[in-house]
Amino acid sequence: MNRRRVLRGMLNGGAVTVALPLLDCFLNGNGNAMADGTSMPIRFGTWYWGQGISKNVFVPKQAGVNYELPEEIESLKDIKQHINVLTNLNAYRDTAFFCHYTGWVVARTGIAPETGALPMAESIDTTVANQMGRTTRFKTLSTTATGDVRDIISYESPTTPNPPDFSPISLYARLFGPDFQDPNAPTFTPSPTVMVRKSALSGVMDKIKGLEGKVGAADKTRLDQYFTGLRHLENQFDQQLTKPEPRPACVMPAAMKDMDTGSDYALVAQRHALMSGLLAMAVACDQTRVFNMVYSYGFSNTTKPGYDKPHHTCTHEEPKDEKLGYQPNASWFVRRAMESWANYVKAFASIKEGDGTVLDNCLILGNSDVSEARVHSIEEMAAFTAGKMGGKIKTGLHIPCGGAKITNLGFTALKALGLDMKTWGAKSNETDKTISELLA
Amino acid sequence: MSKTAQKTGAKSAEPDSAGTPKHLRALTQDQYLNTLAYVFGPDVQIEPHFPPAQRTDGLLALGTARSGVSSAQLELYQKAALGVSQLVINPERRKFLFTCQPRSATAADAACATAFFTRIGRLIHRRPLTPAELKEYVDEAGAAADRLQDFYKGLAVSIEAMLISPDVLFVVETAEPDPAKAGAQRLDAYSLATRLSLFLWNAAPDDELLRAAEKGELQTPKGRLAQVNRMLASPRLEKGVRAFFDDMFAFDAFAALSKDAQVYPAFTGVTAADAREETLRVVVDHLIAKQGDYRDLFTTRETFISPRLAAIYKLPAPPAWTRYTFPEGSPRSGIVTHVSFLATHAHPVRSSPTMRGKALRELLLCQPVPPPPPNVDFSALENPKSPFKTTRDRVTFHLKNPVCAGCHRITDPMGLALENFDGVGTYRSEEKGQQIDASGTFDGKAFAGAVGLGQALHDNPALTSCLVKRAFSYGSGSAAGNDAQPLLAYFNTRFGEQGYKLPVLLREITTSDAFARVKAE
Repeated sequence: MNRRRVLRGMLNGGAVTVALPLLDCFLNGNGNAMADGTSMPIRFGTWYWGQGISKNVFVPKQAGVNYELPEEIESLKDIKQHINVLTNLNAYRDTAFFCHYTGWVVARTGIAPETGALPMAESIDTTVANQMGRTTRFKTLSTTATGDVRDIISYESPTTPNPPDFSPISLYARLFGPDFQDPNAPTFTPSPTVMVRKSALSGVMDKIKGLEGKVGAADKTRLDQYFTGLRHLENQFDQQLTKPEPRPACVMPAAMKDMDTGSDYALVAQRHALMSGLLAMAVACDQTRVFNMVYSYGFSNTTKPGYDKPHHTCTHEEPKDEKLGYQPNASWFVRRAMESWANYVKAFASIKEGDGTVLDNCLILGNSDVSEARVHSIEEMAAFTAGKMGGKIKTGLHIPCGGAKITNLGFTALKALGLDMKTWGAKSNETDKTISELLA
Repeated sequence: MSKTAQKTGAKSAEPDSAGTPKHLRALTQDQYLNTLAYVFGPDVQIEPHFPPAQRTDGLLALGTARSGVSSAQLELYQKAALGVSQLVINPERRKFLFTCQPRSATAADAACATAFFTRIGRLIHRRPLTPAELKEYVDEAGAAADRLQDFYKGLAVSIEAMLISPDVLFVVETAEPDPAKAGAQRLDAYSLATRLSLFLWNAAPDDELLRAAEKGELQTPKGRLAQVNRMLASPRLEKGVRAFFDDMFAFDAFAALSKDAQVYPAFTGVTAADAREETLRVVVDHLIAKQGDYRDLFTTRETFISPRLAAIYKLPAPPAWTRYTFPEGSPRSGIVTHVSFLATHAHPVRSSPTMRGKALRELLLCQPVPPPPPNVDFSALENPKSPFKTTRDRVTFHLKNPVCAGCHRITDPMGLALENFDGVGTYRSEEKGQQIDASGTFDGKAFAGAVGLGQALHDNPALTSCLVKRAFSYGSGSAAGNDAQPLLAYFNTRFGEQGYKLPVLLREITTSDAFARVKAE
């Protein structure tokens, strides 16, 4: 007897609650959080900006707690206590080098790419989501403020990109549209329509087996991926059929208007702010525990009013000001990115949860594709973390990493999140070292 | 006399080829929508927002044979399937879509559901359903109908499930032994029908094509030719041709194209959509309606303009889309001088001879241009004390640096011929007070301006061989590699012998042995 027969039998019998045994895959996630009904779930997020830094005005002169924010990251003053600034991290190209690609792919997947098309491994958010994202409505949420669906930073497998939500209004509809279940609603009635749709979905899942024999190994992996997606849909149905845990921090945001497309910096900032707010509330409402945001992409098209070069072109063509020691307009773009990073962190810090804020239960990694964009350097890159992850991560520090591998940062996050891994990454970027200053 | 020679009366014969692999291809958004429109009627409209595939070897179509489907993407598929299922059971549509009435509107009716799913399931699955599959859909719909006390709502549940089935959203190609050649494999009839239909119509096979597959006709040269001729004569060919050129010309770039509103206030999102439409209209008009020579697309002065485009072209605005011919002596001729090409291959704030040259090479001539090397400092170009006034001065600097010159020599001299058009494609004769010099060279040929460039493209043999390569790759789902050279050369010869007419090329490809041959794994 398969699961579907069980379910269909129950439907015919008029049962109103679904008491199917949980699939194995739902049991190995979320072991720690909410089990006793009191502790808050841990969440993992990322933030990405393109085109790196201007080293001499970005890298703090002092290490540790009492560091001064250099002018390019001045705007982080309000979030200084929530974040860590990590500098002097290296990525290694191993084979060919892909400008604006190799650096972030190493930081996010642990492995240098061999082609400019697809990475060699799943991205870190997927690794984390496979561990702790299975009990929420969305396993992971990926967003971009650029307005371009092709600005992909998350991969479910080397061949399965996870395209981002790119418009605030459609992100709103996805999160808080008709399928949203308010966890604090006083009543709960499972929908019979959802029950029958779930039963039919089981039939779809049974079809995969028949197809697997017809395809080669690579395509079988793609079908497996598809099957994982079907399980995700089944999980969403289960969510809709189960009374949600109350989430006092969750307040459904007001509906929003659509906004203009375009890459003017002010539009990007506005899109970023709207989507950050939605992401933070989605986390507070426990719709997801893993989330990604792209502020700008490697070949950033962000424009500055009255200046004839978008960000990427500017980094190549603007002369370094010898007196300042950096490219003034390129730095102007990085400063706008840092303002948005501050806003992103504030969005999570502004929602109270338990004795603290949502941010206190998050670990957010921020990184870029290069250090100095002018020469596509992937040495001495900078990165951030934000949030204390339920007290497991220290904040408020500048940590000069002395040329350590940038994969140490991802590995530290994975270890702190409780993933049982001996190493992370491959070839020159493989690591078994954590950044001990981060760990409380 | 070979099979090919019989059907065309030509002297040359198709060279033997290893064929192409059988694929697992994800349906694109347009293929999905075009199929739904055929099955359920054009008014069953949804906006599913499927993300695009990853461009592979010059085509998005090839990415569909590699990329997996993420959970977030599957959510979009499901949302679309739910939307369609609700539209299909709408009382207004039932009378067209149902050939039977249920005994009761508030309970299951297996006979009526069976009639419905037999017909719909065959078109959606691109093959007849097996009895077991049919029973599953009918049973599921029946259980749901009884539970919800609504026959149609029960059907909707099974329709939704069908539309997210892996064998619907993925095209699973299957092979069988080729009786005409010992040891060789060919696509089975349904896989061949789908490959033909996705290529020529950008949609699943219609009832007649499935019938020809069922009867075995499609596996005979005569039967296949008859179906191909029918498909080429159908108005649905337009959708297929649009999809192919949209892919080949990389028009997916329009989805995210924006221009600096201060520098180019006349260029809006609507302008971008119209620019894409203009070129596709010319492609369809010239290649299908007029059966024109493909090379003439690059010299024709005939086009279509919309009110928004008129602002960019500096022409009096027509009330709606209208035919227009750029006058003799106009600096515009050929699709390379359209706003579409000029605006997508330029910066948000200015023109770019390098981007334009690179696009000409890669998209139209299949000549890949290497990416810039790392650690190049371009800032000498922008030294405030530099004497560079025009874009030409700036890019000429590339050629003085040996590291840059290797690639820029391939791109810039072509792109410079388009310098009379700014970052959105508006004509200009001066830049910063300097008269623009729009002379260019291309593979040793010198010419003046865009008109000369169009003629040089027209005359370059790589123009047609690139189209042949792209069309075969797109249709077969596999990048044509070196081992396909004799085959591509054969197609190109046949194409040329018959006046470089697109329908001829499509017929040559789709009726070839190579198109249906499955490469051994």
